[in-house]
Amino acid sequence: MPWLESVAFAMLLPAGVRYDPDNRAGLANMTCEMVQRGCGDRNSRQFVEDLENLGVDRSASVSNAHTSFGGAMPAEKLGMALQIYADLVQRPLLPTEQIEDSRQVCLHEIRAVDDDPAQKAMQELRNRHYGEPYGKATQGTFAAVENISISDVQSHVDATYQPGGAILSVAGKFDWDELRKQVEELFGDWQVRPTSSITKKSGAGGYIHLEHDSSQTHIAIAYPSVPYSDPQYYQARGAVGVLSDGMSSRLFDEVREKRGLCYTVHAHCHSFRDRGSVICYSGTTTERAQETLDVLIGELTRLSEGIRQEELNRLKARIKSALIMQQESSAARSGSIAADWYYLKRVQTLEEIGRIIDDLSCDSINAYLAEHPPADFTIVTLGEKQLEIPLGIPSANAR
Amino acid sequence: MEFRQQTLDNGLEVVAECNPQAYSTAIAFFVKTGARDETPEIAGVSHFLEHMVFKGTATRTAEDVNRTLDEIGSHSNAFTSEEQTVFFATVLPEYQDAAVELLGDIMRPALREHDFDTEKQVILEEIAKYDDQPPFGANEKCMAAHFPQHPLGQSVLGTCDSVTALSADQMRSYFEERYSPQNMALVAAGNVNFDRLVEQASQSCGQWKPFPTQRATPRAQAHSGLEIVQNNAAHQEYVVQIANGPAAEDSNRYAGRLLATILGDDSGSRLFWELVDTGLAEYASVAAYEFQGTGIFMTFLCCAPGDTSRNLERVREIESELESGGVRLEELQQAQNKISAHLILQSERSTNRMFSVGNHWIQRHEYRTVRDIINAYQEVNCDQLAKLIQQYPLSASTTIVVGPHAELAPSRLAIAKNN
Repeated sequence: MPWLESVAFAMLLPAGVRYDPDNRAGLANMTCEMVQRGCGDRNSRQFVEDLENLGVDRSASVSNAHTSFGGAMPAEKLGMALQIYADLVQRPLLPTEQIEDSRQVCLHEIRAVDDDPAQKAMQELRNRHYGEPYGKATQGTFAAVENISISDVQSHVDATYQPGGAILSVAGKFDWDELRKQVEELFGDWQVRPTSSITKKSGAGGYIHLEHDSSQTHIAIAYPSVPYSDPQYYQARGAVGVLSDGMSSRLFDEVREKRGLCYTVHAHCHSFRDRGSVICYSGTTTERAQETLDVLIGELTRLSEGIRQEELNRLKARIKSALIMQQESSAARSGSIAADWYYLKRVQTLEEIGRIIDDLSCDSINAYLAEHPPADFTIVTLGEKQLEIPLGIPSANAR
Repeated sequence: MEFRQQTLDNGLEVVAECNPQAYSTAIAFFVKTGARDETPEIAGVSHFLEHMVFKGTATRTAEDVNRTLDEIGSHSNAFTSEEQTVFFATVLPEYQDAAVELLGDIMRPALREHDFDTEKQVILEEIAKYDDQPPFGANEKCMAAHFPQHPLGQSVLGTCDSVTALSADQMRSYFEERYSPQNMALVAAGNVNFDRLVEQASQSCGQWKPFPTQRATPRAQAHSGLEIVQNNAAHQEYVVQIANGPAAEDSNRYAGRLLATILGDDSGSRLFWELVDTGLAEYASVAAYEFQGTGIFMTFLCCAPGDTSRNLERVREIESELESGGVRLEELQQAQNKISAHLILQSERSTNRMFSVGNHWIQRHEYRTVRDIINAYQEVNCDQLAKLIQQYPLSASTTIVVGPHAELAPSRLAIAKNN
């Protein structure tokens, strides 16, 4: 992307929350906090000061599969920033005297979710829909985090901060040959370790209501779909786009515009390597929650009756302009090429995605929907009153 | 990169930063109206009107508006603040005309009764949504407490009562007092065809009738106080603190932003090292906001209920260290480097440039390139910051605490001393 002044990298390590032992739920998150407290010959303060002086806009996060570090910066600073991150993933200091501080930071994150009913509902939904370990909450539990020791953190780094399954992506203004040489120097000696294993357990599915003292009832719904790597993914993505992309999409129009039932309503595709889902959310005041749920479920089930050409045309226009605008941001591009590499083992060019979008047709999407009608809903509501699940809908509840 | 500006006969100003290399074109109408221009009876009308603007015109229904915005692949939205209402759309360059035509059309909304009634429900849902989530209204409560008898104390969303009581006629009168072409600007950035922009603006907006508008900008009084608001839904305590700072037209505003970064940026700041890195608080940060006639430093703190007193004491100590010792050169340079890099990254998106160009224009009638802005930050020195700290003492502040208890738990430090 030589037209930019910036460059961005994303580094994905196979150190996601899925590898957290049950009695150490939150370990990946606390490890992510600890490794940023100094590495190589930099202490905690030097680490932050040096990156800030370089102008690196940095990020760190833990997802189900990965712990990710990223940075966007003026182009000429990439070499320096990568040196620091090479230390972070291979030579973190893990200062014992800061373990209690880190623990407090992580406990705050748990409390923060308690105060955020929308997020609380979504976490419960993922847990019931995906089960273990795909539905795990990143921040873990209070009891488990209380018990994490410095040696737990050290073992987690030893086992999961490793090149096997790690991805480094770079987008923006840089020289490929120079980058490759530098990455070889910085990461060439990094030792590969065996991949950690996981145990799977299916989720409970069905409907559950969580009592909560709040003005709104938060409604979260999930149903199975195809993953990003599936040849049919863009058919599924197209159908969800008709539901939720843009102000003329079905959910926005039916739930908010026509009935004024809510401020927020949306649906999106969510994916792991081997499974995917559609996840929906809406928040609405208690007395209107039942109607909101009914309309939501109604729209989800109506999807299987098919989409119209003009809906698809609008969706294509939106997706294509988003693809072109992605070229304005090195950070956005580095994130999506890392995701492509993880899910597909290759990177799709923007032109290639553009062609896939061009090729989508009502027929192809409707054929997909006929084969995969939205069904088997997992539903979570959080608020003052339990809701009635509409009769006759294919719900996991009925099992 | 070229800056162009032209004023239509009715006073509507058209300004643009044209960058033929850009992938997208960002377009917006900035209307110089917001919560500060409301009376208490119509609290929330600016924001409600922002929603109603998308509900159709003489020739378009609400559905037509939404459909067209999607057909041209636009990424569009709107927001309302104390001083501005902004409507924007980012599109590929070939849709510039269509986007300007649509945005221009909706600036003269039909304000139909039926749409008004339905959308009122959405606004009430939006209020309920913010009621449920942190910081549980602490920001607005603190603005109201810091600016009593001052227009900036008025809430952007309004209250359930004020919105419920609002009539479509009251909204129409407000529209007719505020949406004068002389009180608006059409702003564009990115791959802009300026001649087409002016041509399209003349066609779509040329017939709007101009009328004078006014805004009261009384000086704000320094004000100190602490109020605790009990909210049973909250598990943590949320603190918002406001002190006076440089105004939008004050050249000290760059120093103000740097001070906020040094004291309370999300990372690498004094509050960060003292309170966040140590795990004493979930967050502790400071931001500078500028308004016409006055500005503020807003401090945000969130922590476990038992810890608030002690943390507030620490914040006060850090502020007095700043007041007595000023800032160190390396802190200033770190803040300058961070802000400069951030500005460069931001400016790569046309949408961000449009917001910057529009804000400068609507607040000060000036155009500044990214480089101008970076230079303004780089020119600030430690002496200037020391003077600023004396001029705007952070200790003269208004504090609101929202949390599960009616009183602040005594500081653990104080308990230790008493024992």
